[in-house]
Amino acid sequence: MTDQSAEIEVFGALKDKEPSKPPRSQWRDVWDQFRKHKGAMFGAGFLLFITLGVIFGPYLWDLEPTKLDIRNKNWRPIYTLIWDSGAIAGWAHPFGTDQLGRDIFAQMIYGGRVSMAVGWSAMILSLLIGTTVGVASGYFKRADFLLMRLTDLVLSLPILPLVLLAVTLFRQPLTSFFGSPEKGMFVLIVSVIALTSWMQTARIVRGDILALKEREFILAARSIGSTSGKIIRRHLLPNVFSPIMVSATLGLATAIITESALSFLGVGFPSDFPTWGKLLSDAVDRMQEYPERVMLPGILISMTVLSVNYLGDGLRDALDPRIRGR
Amino acid sequence: MLNFTIRRLVLSIPTLLFISLVIFMLLQLAPGDPMAQVPLTVPPEVKQKMREALGLGAPVHIQYIKWLHQFFIVEPSVFIDHLTANSFLLGWLPDTHLSMTVDTVTGELVQRQRVISWQTRSPVMDIVIQRMPQTIWVVGLSYVVGILIAIPIGIYSAYRHYSVFDQAGTFITMVGFSIPPFFTGPLLIVIFSVSLGWLPSIYDTTLVVDSWATFKTQVMQMIMPVMVLALQTTAQISRYMRSAMLDNLNQDYVRTARAKGLKESVVIMVHVLRNSMIPVVTVIALGMPAIFGGAIITENVFKVNGIGQLLLTALFANDLPMVMTLTFIFAILIVLFNLIADILYGVLDPRIRYD
Amino acid sequence: MTALTPMAFAEGHSEERGRDGDVKVLYWQAPSILNPFLSGGTKDVESASLIVEPLARFTETGEMVPWLVDEVPTVANGGVSEDLTTITWKITEGLKWSDGTPFTSADVKFTAEYCMHPEGGCAQGAKFDGVKSVEAIDPLTVKVTFDSPKPNPYGPFVGGESPIIQAAQFADCLGAKAPECTEANFNPIGTGPFTVTEFRPNDVITLAANENFRDASKPAFATMTFKGGGDAAAAGRAVLETGEFDYAWNLQLAPDVIAKMEEAGKGVAIAGFGPLVERLEMNLTNPSPDLPPETRSTVAEPHPFLSDFKVRKALSMAIDRELLTEVGYGKAGRPTCNLVPAPDLYNSDNTECLVQDLDGAKALLDEAGWTDSDGDGVRDKDGKKLSILYQTSTNAVRQDFQALIKDWWNQIGVEVELRNLDGSVFFGGDPGSPDTFQKFYADVEMYANTFNGTDPQSYLSAYRCGNEPKPSSQWQGENINRFCDPAYDALLDELAATGDLAKRGEIGRKLNDVVTKDTMTIVPLVNRARVSAHSNSLGGVVLNTWDSELWNAADWYRMK
Repeated sequence: MTDQSAEIEVFGALKDKEPSKPPRSQWRDVWDQFRKHKGAMFGAGFLLFITLGVIFGPYLWDLEPTKLDIRNKNWRPIYTLIWDSGAIAGWAHPFGTDQLGRDIFAQMIYGGRVSMAVGWSAMILSLLIGTTVGVASGYFKRADFLLMRLTDLVLSLPILPLVLLAVTLFRQPLTSFFGSPEKGMFVLIVSVIALTSWMQTARIVRGDILALKEREFILAARSIGSTSGKIIRRHLLPNVFSPIMVSATLGLATAIITESALSFLGVGFPSDFPTWGKLLSDAVDRMQEYPERVMLPGILISMTVLSVNYLGDGLRDALDPRIRGR
Repeated sequence: MLNFTIRRLVLSIPTLLFISLVIFMLLQLAPGDPMAQVPLTVPPEVKQKMREALGLGAPVHIQYIKWLHQFFIVEPSVFIDHLTANSFLLGWLPDTHLSMTVDTVTGELVQRQRVISWQTRSPVMDIVIQRMPQTIWVVGLSYVVGILIAIPIGIYSAYRHYSVFDQAGTFITMVGFSIPPFFTGPLLIVIFSVSLGWLPSIYDTTLVVDSWATFKTQVMQMIMPVMVLALQTTAQISRYMRSAMLDNLNQDYVRTARAKGLKESVVIMVHVLRNSMIPVVTVIALGMPAIFGGAIITENVFKVNGIGQLLLTALFANDLPMVMTLTFIFAILIVLFNLIADILYGVLDPRIRYD
Repeated sequence: MTALTPMAFAEGHSEERGRDGDVKVLYWQAPSILNPFLSGGTKDVESASLIVEPLARFTETGEMVPWLVDEVPTVANGGVSEDLTTITWKITEGLKWSDGTPFTSADVKFTAEYCMHPEGGCAQGAKFDGVKSVEAIDPLTVKVTFDSPKPNPYGPFVGGESPIIQAAQFADCLGAKAPECTEANFNPIGTGPFTVTEFRPNDVITLAANENFRDASKPAFATMTFKGGGDAAAAGRAVLETGEFDYAWNLQLAPDVIAKMEEAGKGVAIAGFGPLVERLEMNLTNPSPDLPPETRSTVAEPHPFLSDFKVRKALSMAIDRELLTEVGYGKAGRPTCNLVPAPDLYNSDNTECLVQDLDGAKALLDEAGWTDSDGDGVRDKDGKKLSILYQTSTNAVRQDFQALIKDWWNQIGVEVELRNLDGSVFFGGDPGSPDTFQKFYADVEMYANTFNGTDPQSYLSAYRCGNEPKPSSQWQGENINRFCDPAYDALLDELAATGDLAKRGEIGRKLNDVVTKDTMTIVPLVNRARVSAHSNSLGGVVLNTWDSELWNAADWYRMK
């Protein structure tokens, strides 16, 4: 009931410009508050820009990221011309080329596609698992022991053998199931990252839930006969929103970096498949000579993570009725 | 609470046994071969003989039971023998020979077989003990530094929400967290060792601190790894601290406390802080076992050669007894510190009940 | 005399031992054990070579020189019997172990017993192949008898992999007891220039000059710090850029990275060529995942297109080896078409592959009937597409090679999928893993291989029929390509029976040509040098690729 009306109201809020409809909806308040948060607006804008950039970028910048051009290797980015007119640089490769003459701008765009896709899906999956486990074990006493011992178990598993085992067992089936090695690897990498990074979220959510469920408002909710599911959804989850948001921002960064570590081990995408993390780690050896090759992917990863962080801050403020009033 | 603690401690024994079984099976099933680092010039027949000499031919359950016996019976008895024979504290006790056994052929007292590393053919625990100082110093110190910086940052950022300090703190911690140590490590080396020449890029594990000069060297060689590691810890903990504080600052009890006329410092540092510690305690407790585990990448970048580097080389060399033992000690610490966290929840918020 | 002194001083000779203080060596792979018989790893063999030594070793030119003996036994000087079944070594008089006890033939005999023990799992067992007995004739004479004529009797006790250990120290460590002797394995007593003060496995070794070393003026350094850990880039930086260390081993880095580090002016990178060849291996059997595990990648199933010589030839023609070398190795590599590029005796004059010929490759594929009939840019024939899975281990230079070769192969209409695998899995022999180089579940794979010493006989014998990895042998075997040619096997038998060096060279070159240019089974790319770096102040370094890199550490000195 409430959900439905909320949805209708969202559309209403977006369409209707006249302030004639008397009761201001909750979501309109949320949006107004969110809009006031400069950081959140910047974050949302940047994420939108990056997302559109990596999706439509290849149509605007149609160089192949894997196209070798060994004669034009090691170009510098265009801005080096400002202080060094002798630098090998030009508009043909605005961000320069790497040691094999591959265009760095094109690699950034393609790499962004993969990194964003891996980062977001792994982060969301890990949050889902972590929150579910955390809520269930915090709220249901019976599940607590088993779920927390499962958490202990997964925490203590050594990652490298686990990953190697997963690749041995699942690469072939996944590749044939999805029809291409990239898609199979994508599913494998996302699952591996998600399945090995949910534990912190789970423990944090559980800790908060343990404290929250003893509070008076939960007692009140229970005494009016709310079901467990409803208590969790209406009363507990909104109150653990902020630690979950923090986990999300940290999780996104971790997922993007972990992906590069996996491809270093030969467990990730094929070597000619650029990702931000991989561009960064490949460039570390040459960071004195070509600092831009580490800076550019580094800046993009940091900016993305910062954006998600500000977006989370804004959302939290907007969704918290106590802050909203101010 | 005492009841709860005892029950959990007792239950952690079967839990740990189960964890050890899962880890063992995982290591057995994962692909890899201890002969991978032997050059290709060594023929396959010789490699096969070397594998047999390592005991790889034995059935899996035998290998597992052997490891259990060595880890839970032989190693502790070696430790007790060492304590009674040499240690400062218990050396006055009569020397024990728990780890010795009578050889059936010669009738002499011989050492029972301990957990032997495949790479070094020496007892794993000896190497672990050898590695402890540098790991505790570098990783432990970075953790302490990280926590000491993070908690004030988190508190003040939340208290002065959206101030310049908060914005700067957010920016630095998030950028710091999203840039991986495999980049920050070499970057610091290039700046401070190569360009400026101030700090050594290689950690000297044999350094004995016995004078002001050696203490200074020790500090110099610890600065960079500690900084890199502390950055990660600080970023994480300060974010959780800040968000938990923010959640609590607008609660009714804060208004009540202020209305009672309590000093602002008391309101923040006693009332709000205590109620905001639960997620922070969780994160800190989850990180404590990592002190023992070392920091794989950072240790490797600065050649600290602690437990993290030991685990890394063991993993690449497929040294299963070493990996198994290190991971299992790690598992014990995880179970222990999560129990401590659970107890602390009860202390921080007496309403939490486990019974 | 006085005029000569400064000269000798500069050369680092005729001075008292230990005059130059401490020398710091950095191996980015840390040594785990100092007993080379229990670990075949290069890092362990080389670190141990500072302490324990063989009877004879190879110089930087590949020439064998006496080390703990008076001369290298040959048929000419009577040390090797006419029928090539025995070799007799005469130990130099007055040699002492670092503990002051005399070095005798009993120690040599014991070393053989130690390594040939069936339960010991000796990593250098291959060195003692075919040894029937080792006898100590008198305290300074030792005779090795083989069970059949050995044209190359210099397996046991020659080279860094086969040093002599002290009988007294290792007496209780035979066979299954070998791993229990931690003290001996970590602190071996040797005849070399240094002795162990403290060994921290996988971390650091502290060494001191051997007081009983045979040359009273050597080593010039009183102590050595042998640090391990990190990666190649960090090791290069510590020697070439910060000058914290004097010697860094095996800098597997792109040439521009090393050149940039050298610009700092603290040290130099040095390269030495041996027979190490980076090559492509063609799979002659079908690795398709649709086949059952019993026949996948086995001789039962020939490869759908790589069994065609013209396809293999075209793939080789499409490669520009000069460019690969320039990108990946610079001065530390030479393009080659040979499996055995060194020593010169065995180096065939096969150079036709050095020129890239993309048009020729296309024409050859057209001629063989591989054309792009469906217009998708990939050549096909009889419904089979020229689509290659190309795998190698993870390593920055190898991934650059993969990208370049993929590009060339795409240009001649061959589709390529790249895969890179963690070295500890790829080079491991785990029969359960699909990703080992032996199992070869790919069409083409790339890695480097070499041989010990200067004789390639056993190296070339790898390509015998039946020596291929297969399910019945637990996927162990050295014939990675599953190559089989009875004529090749016959030539191998001839080589094994030939003692004359010139004749051996001729047969060796012929064998090399069969697997490379005649059949294109193995497509060599680059003859790789070993690259190490030393600081400007470290003198006397001679990079040796035929023996341990630290073979002449006794001659190292500090330049003033």
